[in-house]
Amino acid sequence: MDFEIRIGKWVEDLVTFMLDHFQPTFDAIATVVNGFGGAVDFVLVGAPAWLLIGLIVATSLWRVGIGFAVFTVASLLLIVGMGLWTETASTLGLVLTSTLLCLLLGVPLGVWMARNRVVESVVRTTLDFMQTMPAFVYLIPAVMFFGLGRVPGVLATVIFAMPPAVRLTALGIQQVPAEIVEAGKAFGCHDRQLLFKVQLPNALPSIMAGVNQTMMMALSMIVIASMIGAGGLGNVVLQGIQRLDIALGFESGLSVVLLAIILDRITQSFGRTAAAARPARFALLRRFLPVPAR
Amino acid sequence: MTTMMRSTVSVGGPASLGFPRGAARSGTGDDAAIRLEVRNVYKVFSADPKPALSMLRQGASKAEVLEKLNVNVGVLDASFQVRSGEIFVIMGLSGSGKSTMIRLLNRLIEPSSGEILLDGKDLVSMSKAELIQARRRNMGMVFQSFALMPHLSALDNAAFGLEISGASKAERHKAAQQALEQVGLGTYAHRYPREMSGGMQQRVGLARALANDPTILLMDEAFSALDPLIRTEMQDELLRLQREQQRTIVFISHDLDEAMRIGDRIAIMEGGRIVQVGTPYEILSRPADDYVRSFFRNVDASKVLRAGDVARFEASNTVIRLPGELTPALHQLRENHHNFGYVRTQDGRFEGVVSQTTLERELNGPQPRFVNAFLPDVRTVNAATPIHALLGLVADTEWPVPVVDDDHNFLGAISRALMLHTLVRGD
Repeated sequence: MDFEIRIGKWVEDLVTFMLDHFQPTFDAIATVVNGFGGAVDFVLVGAPAWLLIGLIVATSLWRVGIGFAVFTVASLLLIVGMGLWTETASTLGLVLTSTLLCLLLGVPLGVWMARNRVVESVVRTTLDFMQTMPAFVYLIPAVMFFGLGRVPGVLATVIFAMPPAVRLTALGIQQVPAEIVEAGKAFGCHDRQLLFKVQLPNALPSIMAGVNQTMMMALSMIVIASMIGAGGLGNVVLQGIQRLDIALGFESGLSVVLLAIILDRITQSFGRTAAAARPARFALLRRFLPVPAR
Repeated sequence: MTTMMRSTVSVGGPASLGFPRGAARSGTGDDAAIRLEVRNVYKVFSADPKPALSMLRQGASKAEVLEKLNVNVGVLDASFQVRSGEIFVIMGLSGSGKSTMIRLLNRLIEPSSGEILLDGKDLVSMSKAELIQARRRNMGMVFQSFALMPHLSALDNAAFGLEISGASKAERHKAAQQALEQVGLGTYAHRYPREMSGGMQQRVGLARALANDPTILLMDEAFSALDPLIRTEMQDELLRLQREQQRTIVFISHDLDEAMRIGDRIAIMEGGRIVQVGTPYEILSRPADDYVRSFFRNVDASKVLRAGDVARFEASNTVIRLPGELTPALHQLRENHHNFGYVRTQDGRFEGVVSQTTLERELNGPQPRFVNAFLPDVRTVNAATPIHALLGLVADTEWPVPVVDDDHNFLGAISRALMLHTLVRGD
């Protein structure tokens, strides 16, 4: 038996072909992503640290509670103290950019998947492929198409982190109770109303869980993407590895963990309120107002 | 209404044992306009319904089609009419096709064949846009699991149908608030479904269906998920709403007591087929087949039937009071071998009970008067009284107990023998 299937070579040929013929398309994508990512980075890194920290802590207090807000203050001050604030802000920017792109692509794809059998089977296979392929592998074509820097980093991250957004959107829509969908139809919804007024609002808890997962995966990937120059905390981690600098490695690693915890808890809280309908807005105020008799 | 009832009663004979419930409850007679008509509707769950349909038309049963073609049959040659203003209950066990049936009525499920006429217009042949208009304008639906939107307040849930139809915020909130008030939830407008009990949630479900003022209300096991006490309360609520503004209601239920309680007419479904359609009393007294009979075996007739359903009117013992004319009355009773006579005025109002003995006593007296011949302590019962509340009275009373309607018109009497006969019916 002596035969070989050179599937790797074929993929390489495909990438070369695309490079030769679709360069303008890639350039256009690069411009958009770079412009957007640059703007986010400019705002987050450029803003004074106290302002950004204040915003994050305020969000923690609003969404989660006083205990977590204290933890957030301590974590962020620790990061500032370790001298890693700029890198952390930059990583936050990259994560937000990637997550936003994931949602822009992933949610509509999830909706389509939930409504169409053929699309579902194609997308499901593709997503399995995307999730199981080792993350580093995305870096090679990303570099070839977009060179080094923020753009390939963000795009490789989008590919890696998008599956949960797609899957959980589709799942959320498929899991809307049949009678609720029937209620929508029975009261005269046409297709678009059914989607926007019945299915999406009911799928929101699931979609928010997808946002949370996507954001966590984006954070893990964006650190890896520093190998192709995405920047942020990943660069510091990489430096630590290259210099075998335990102190630097630990500090940068710890910053990633702290950022992950903060993002996780905050996005989770949005998922929870979506599940429980409205946030208890004015809950404090209501406590002091007369309650209608039961 | 008064004239209708009297004319029914005065026909006499066993055929008019009851009086139409519809008439008593909601003013719907047999001649009311037909709002919804189902004609030979079939539903088979298959991509290609033709083979199954032709098998069914040749008389195959649901089980045979399932076995031969592996096709599920939902509804099989259903035909019935729903009259304006009545509560039409479709009753059957699970798997009888009743849930499919109600979903065919607003085409949540597409019929495989047949016609469904809403005010004479065929829903089945409507385009999608026409169908959406018909659902928005004419149909409200209430679901077993309430099916409220968890992200909307009670007010916005009630306003859902109007929002979908494009009503302005002010307009739909006003209508929704009114609907909530109708179901007794006026002060709960800003609560969310998760903050409410099942009964309250279903009231919101009902308000949502009422808010766009539909002519037809489809209720799919609407009260089945509620505990028994709340269920009865909601049934009363529905009957109250129905007295205030008469809608045409199609109500699905697997609960016989519920069907008997709220239904003006009941359709019994079995294996996708409609086996019998009739008033509760008709079905109870003349079940179409053994299936229906077995269904009703455990029904406590004394709770379902009302005095008006049972009371027997007999011309031979009913005496019209003409001042001073006691002799003809006595003769009438003697000839017909009645001990007791029921005296009413010329326009039908009940006056009292006389016996041969009291009439004779009066006639032998110096100045015979009807009033003096009346038996003392005669109690009348209202037609709407459930007969289980009458058992003691009938047993303790020497004469058949007279039954009257709200206007005190005489409807007939219930003797001990008649009561016993009713209670042991058919068993």
